[in-house]
Amino acid sequence: MRQTFVDTVSAALDHDPRLAVVTADISRDAFAPARDRHPHRVLNVGIREQAMVGVAGGLALTGLRPVVHSYTPFLVERPFEQIKLDLGHQDVGAVLVSIGASYDDPVWGRTHQGPGDVALLDTLPGWTVHVPGHPDEVAALLPAALAGDDHGAGRVYLRLSTRQNARAHPATGRFSVVREGARGTVVAVGPTLDNVLAATADVDVTVLYASTVRPFDHRGLRAAGHADVVLVEPYLAGTSAHEVAHAFDDVAHRLRALGVRRDVEVRAYGTAEEHDAVHGLDAESIARSIRDFLR
Amino acid sequence: MTKTLDLAALFRRMTGDEKHEWAAASTVDVLRVLYDRVLNIDPTTADHPDRDRFLLSKGHGPMAYYAILAAKGFIDPAVLDDWTTFASPLGQHPDRNLVPGVEISSGSLGHGLPLAVGTALGLRAQNRVKPRVFVLVGDGELDEGSNHEAIALATRLHVTNLTAIAVDNSSASHGWPGGIANRFAVEGWHATTVDGRDHDALHAALTARQDGPNAVVATIREA
Repeated sequence: MRQTFVDTVSAALDHDPRLAVVTADISRDAFAPARDRHPHRVLNVGIREQAMVGVAGGLALTGLRPVVHSYTPFLVERPFEQIKLDLGHQDVGAVLVSIGASYDDPVWGRTHQGPGDVALLDTLPGWTVHVPGHPDEVAALLPAALAGDDHGAGRVYLRLSTRQNARAHPATGRFSVVREGARGTVVAVGPTLDNVLAATADVDVTVLYASTVRPFDHRGLRAAGHADVVLVEPYLAGTSAHEVAHAFDDVAHRLRALGVRRDVEVRAYGTAEEHDAVHGLDAESIARSIRDFLR
Repeated sequence: MTKTLDLAALFRRMTGDEKHEWAAASTVDVLRVLYDRVLNIDPTTADHPDRDRFLLSKGHGPMAYYAILAAKGFIDPAVLDDWTTFASPLGQHPDRNLVPGVEISSGSLGHGLPLAVGTALGLRAQNRVKPRVFVLVGDGELDEGSNHEAIALATRLHVTNLTAIAVDNSSASHGWPGGIANRFAVEGWHATTVDGRDHDALHAALTARQDGPNAVVATIREA
């Protein structure tokens, strides 16, 4: 996904003079060719994440559209007040692009994990949040994100991961129906889809796929026709629970929200798959949760 | 030219933020010199892409700022009378989306200087060589580490069209051993310290042509 992001943005810089890229050493070398071509619009600020977002805000104030990129916790958590004030409160646009997801690289430990990113951005109004599950979806989502809204503004968060599904799905901003069933709806977000499909292979449920979670496709969820919902997100469990509640605010419904556990800090290294198991996000755990929920 | 009496009268129309009256009073001379003699901006060019930019980073005590904006015609002086009320565009920290002529929303400290560096870089990226960027910070505000990321970055990225004005009214709890100017100078800024009430000295420092970022420390002492 990261290479698709770098390639797409590097090419876009060649034909869109409004675009700028701001990095804080992460992916600095990947953008070196683009920086050679556009030294004043591809800026590496060193390991200064507050300045990274502040500078992006300043660029946007002059009419540029900055793409800001780093590892998840260093992009969203460390400079969160800059995101809130230098972008949101100034009412200027930017595209934030993270790599690392919740725990793509567990050998680096807790300091490099960012499962709270989407929940944090959820505290701010007006953010579009994309969680692609395949590099082709990154390529599909980026053009609109780089273009911004009608006013050239628009704040977009693109959450990249080394975890990906076997195949891409249409990145339309709406939920895709991957499988139809009678007993409930499972919403798989981004890279969780393949585990969800494996977990539900012999379960009679509808599976929806979401590569965009903000705005949340309330209508698509309602259209699936079930008020029993299992939400599988690759970040903090229940991050989108309030969106499900909003979708069903006039009918009784049930929700089981799966995701990164909130009740424990997992002090372990190992592999992402091992962390999936701890958080109940491996196929076997998801299957068990769904069977228990539908019992 | 802004008349002293006009400004003082405008200033007095805003009450209720006595806590920050000293903060506001400390900036009034710098603001007057900027808006009278330095900035290439007026209400008719407030959105022009080649205008000079003034960023008030130290959003605390914006009474002097609002008074200047009213004196210069950016805002109607009548709005000063009910500032901070729900319907007023004027709060105790300014909002760029509510007040004509205000370049950044500020209040939380340590945001203006990074925004100013980004603004200067954005203008450079668009080959706009005419506009200059000025940002006003306080000596207490410089405690915030984000400023020092920006101070270091400005010279690393060869920013030239930027002037930081540090109003030093001795607000920093632990002071600045060695002087504020040195904090900028060690990062390659051209840095001078002037009497923050001396308009000619301020003018000379603010308009001096430099080949890199320029820092002007305006020292203010209570009479």
